[in-house]
Amino acid sequence: MSTKETALQHHFENLDQQFEASTLGMWAFLVQEILFFGGLFAGYIVYRNWYPEAFHLGSEHLDVFLGTVNTAVLICSSLTMAMAVHWAQKGDKNKIITFLVLTFILGAVFLGIKAVEYSHKFHAGLLPGDGFIWHGEHGDQVRIFYSFYFVMTGMHALHMIIGAGILIHLIVQAGKDRYDANYFTPVELFGLYWHFVDIIWIFLFPLLYLLGRH
Amino acid sequence: MSTAVFKPRPDQMGDNNEKKTSYLTAGFNIRSWLLTVDHKRIAILYLLSLTFFFFLGGMFAVLIRLELITPAGDLMQAETYNKMFTMHGVVMVFFFLIPSIPAVFGNFLVPLMIGAKDLAFPRINLLSWYLFMFGGMLGFAAIIFGGVDTGWTFYTPYSSTYANSNVILAALGAFFAGFSSILTGLNFIATIHKMRAPGMTWFRMPLFIWAHYATSIIQILGTPVVAITIILVALERLFHIGIFDPKLGGDPILFQHLFWFYSHPAVYIMILPSMGVISEVITCFSKKKIFGYEFIAFSSLGIAVLGFLVWGHHMYTSGQSIYVSLVFSVLTFLVAIPSAIKVFNWTATLYKGSVSYDAPMLYAIGFIGLFTIGGLTGVFLATLGVNVHVHDTYFIVAHFHYIMVGGAIMGYMAALHFWWPKITGRLYPEVWARVASFVIFFGFHLTFFPQFIVGYLGMPRRYHAYPEEFQIWNILSSAGASILGLGYLIPLIYFIWSLKYGERASANPWNAKGLEWEKADSPPTQFNFDKTPIVDQEVYDY
Amino acid sequence: MFKEFKFFPEQASTLAGEVDLLFYFLIAVSVFFSSLIFFLIYVFAVRYRRRSEDEKPQQIPGMLKLELAWSIIPLILTMIVFVWGATIYFDSYTPPKDAMEVYVVGKQWMWHIQHPTGQREINELHIPVNQPVKLTMATEDVIHSFYVPAFRVKKDVVPGRYTTMWFEATKTGEFHLFCAEYCGTKHSAMIGKVVVQEPAAYQDWLSGGTQNEPLEVIGEKKFQQFACQTCHADKPNSRGPSLVGIFGESIKLQNGQSVVVDEEYIRESVLEPNSKVAAGYKPVMPTFKGQVSEVSLLQITAYIKSLAKGGSN
Repeated sequence: MSTKETALQHHFENLDQQFEASTLGMWAFLVQEILFFGGLFAGYIVYRNWYPEAFHLGSEHLDVFLGTVNTAVLICSSLTMAMAVHWAQKGDKNKIITFLVLTFILGAVFLGIKAVEYSHKFHAGLLPGDGFIWHGEHGDQVRIFYSFYFVMTGMHALHMIIGAGILIHLIVQAGKDRYDANYFTPVELFGLYWHFVDIIWIFLFPLLYLLGRH
Repeated sequence: MSTAVFKPRPDQMGDNNEKKTSYLTAGFNIRSWLLTVDHKRIAILYLLSLTFFFFLGGMFAVLIRLELITPAGDLMQAETYNKMFTMHGVVMVFFFLIPSIPAVFGNFLVPLMIGAKDLAFPRINLLSWYLFMFGGMLGFAAIIFGGVDTGWTFYTPYSSTYANSNVILAALGAFFAGFSSILTGLNFIATIHKMRAPGMTWFRMPLFIWAHYATSIIQILGTPVVAITIILVALERLFHIGIFDPKLGGDPILFQHLFWFYSHPAVYIMILPSMGVISEVITCFSKKKIFGYEFIAFSSLGIAVLGFLVWGHHMYTSGQSIYVSLVFSVLTFLVAIPSAIKVFNWTATLYKGSVSYDAPMLYAIGFIGLFTIGGLTGVFLATLGVNVHVHDTYFIVAHFHYIMVGGAIMGYMAALHFWWPKITGRLYPEVWARVASFVIFFGFHLTFFPQFIVGYLGMPRRYHAYPEEFQIWNILSSAGASILGLGYLIPLIYFIWSLKYGERASANPWNAKGLEWEKADSPPTQFNFDKTPIVDQEVYDY
Repeated sequence: MFKEFKFFPEQASTLAGEVDLLFYFLIAVSVFFSSLIFFLIYVFAVRYRRRSEDEKPQQIPGMLKLELAWSIIPLILTMIVFVWGATIYFDSYTPPKDAMEVYVVGKQWMWHIQHPTGQREINELHIPVNQPVKLTMATEDVIHSFYVPAFRVKKDVVPGRYTTMWFEATKTGEFHLFCAEYCGTKHSAMIGKVVVQEPAAYQDWLSGGTQNEPLEVIGEKKFQQFACQTCHADKPNSRGPSLVGIFGESIKLQNGQSVVVDEEYIRESVLEPNSKVAAGYKPVMPTFKGQVSEVSLLQITAYIKSLAKGGSN
């Protein structure tokens, strides 16, 4: 059987309708994601305006080098993801798998580097909470900066982890010949999600890491 | 995936006129319900769970009204009372009102009304029910393990630092219920955009669909903000991260902004679907085209958009800048206009109609009456000078109950009666239904109208004990509540009764217009229509 | 058991009459519109009741002019109400210059009130009639809300900042004081009374009871207790700026901006000393967060305010 028959769900008239509905659903989902992070960005903006110096000081303690590397890694993973979608459209199974695996590896590298950064912060006592240690001025407000740092990057990382899980699923499905030039909706829609997660990071990086440097 | 074809059992529903398998008879084991992806069955799952939460929340209301009969706090401790009103609010808002009409009737009817076989994402639809139940269980656990006492608004820093109750459990319950709501909205948007039957143009859609479309927009744009806010409160409680803690420079008012950014539009999540129901019922029982279809359709969208710009009117007394309050006030007045338009249009629809007084119509007329009062008192509250006095008093309590109970629940009852024959294939006893609608209407007024008065007199809300001079109004209110409670029990009994003894309903017992009546059986078959309907009529073509 | 059916609260402030007038107007508008709707529904429902199952009513799809009318007329009405309500709100926002100052601290679950003359009260506020009173309010813990229904005033008391409100009582007597923002277990017990007295009786009350030191004197003692004067002495080359005569003035900050010295700035300078340092001084002041209570802070503020009036240190 070709994917054309197996992929069509019972309640759709044809694959086009199914594809359009799924795409719209994904865009709607991304809109709610924007609002989800939007709440955090709104809070961040308020406090940054209240405590510019504390945010400045807090930002200086972030590792710009690792942050920059991670930004590069994530942009590369967006590229490999775009390639995966491209080869999905062409129906080249091997290339789909290759690029999905590459995307997965880059995502894992990102998360690994993030974990290293986190552990540095733990050891430096910068985890917000009653054990927070800050030698310097504006300790309480720096703690708020680090609250935003951990919650924002943590939520971002959570999205990456979920994305990595879905990637594994896609790789397995691709291995089972589920996608071809007629039907590759999951790969394409996951691409949208992955790019979105990437874009969130593109906003987080300057807001958190580059704040202290002009 | 699981679009398994369930074999009908010939011994069940074996009437001769039941040749086709209805969605109810397509499988009888528990698995065929709990793993169903049929939007109609999921609607039934929601109906059952919401009925449970409605009566659970109602039970707390009964205890609140009992306590308030006397001025002294003599029935229960202050701490217990605080938990009662909190859990009443949490259960009613997050586990009944927000899902209510969309999750039950929206799920059941959106595909039927636009001529689709199912919602766009049936599995996500099932997932949203499981998320809802998971949230509901967390909320229920919060109650079982000793309750929560922050008020349903979870204001910081009380909720984040000071309260000694199960704030996190209850908040996470609301969080998961919220995601369920987002997924429902997402499903409706994709379905309404992409799955309309041939000929079902945007302006041939029933107003029920327009209302759900507007509601879905709010669900998608508002809910995630409260979700992240809830996470921040939980983190603040668990780890003391400082975002809402004034001792560390955090801002408790920021919480109010984020909370009301969702929770004000959430009021429209409750009321807009109800308005959609009323439009359907009014047209059917007056055999009239709706008066001013476009005005009503666009007023729903207008409410959805403007509803996002008014949250600050909950905070006139919070010390926010006077100019901020001014802007929020003027926008709040603007959002009153589309609601007024709807009320006028419904009234005009009756003009020169052929009006019958079946139970759904009685509820719809009751809705207009109660919503008018609720809406007009909303104008009082939008007014800066007056709001300062009545904010956080029983005036507010009365106002939002007129909207949420008088509006949303009257709409829910209207929908339940109107589509009950379609959902179950049975008619309910009409006389009892009419009696119940009157009992509810009068019980409601007696419960909540005195609260306007005692509120203007200055009785603050969330008071366990109160000065004696307020007692007379509280006694009236409690008396009304007992009538109202009875009013809600009557339908519970006759609906259950009708499942076994009710007369069988024809496909279109009300002679209504719309695909769900004209092209689908009662109850509908598993895939709704034998073949995809083609729409060649205008909407409400009576 | 019940006094009587009372529909409207007592009017006991200059604001009460204004608020009520607008309230009556709103009731009138509401009664008009709801009666109109109810009447029309009733008439239509009876006049056009279904007489036979197969009757075919005449279809009316809509009427643009009518619909525009009932969109625009409510719009105009609401705008009138908006302007009216906003005017009252504006007036109730800015206290008159001659307002008497009282300091309020909310705490789970009581109101602590300090008069400039040093009297302190719990859950009671004595004030003279026909005299504007300005309250500066703080809270030690959660959000509270100071509400006097007879005055039609209410203001939240928010942790981490001062909020203010004012009123002028027009009637002597005792009036309810409520906490209107839910604040925990004994929220409904966080109530008290406002006692409005004739000026003479008020003076008696002020001089009665235990002899009190004026608030600024208590504040001065606190000022010394926290050793503020070691740096903020009014002489050249002090480590901190002199506080004499600065209240209400605009001062230059280190970063080039300027700020008006008010209650909020003093509060911030004590709790977060290095966030807005006066020009010409180093950020060396330690924070007093956690050491100084809201009550003491208000006393110290009163002391600094008294310096502005030409006192010396």
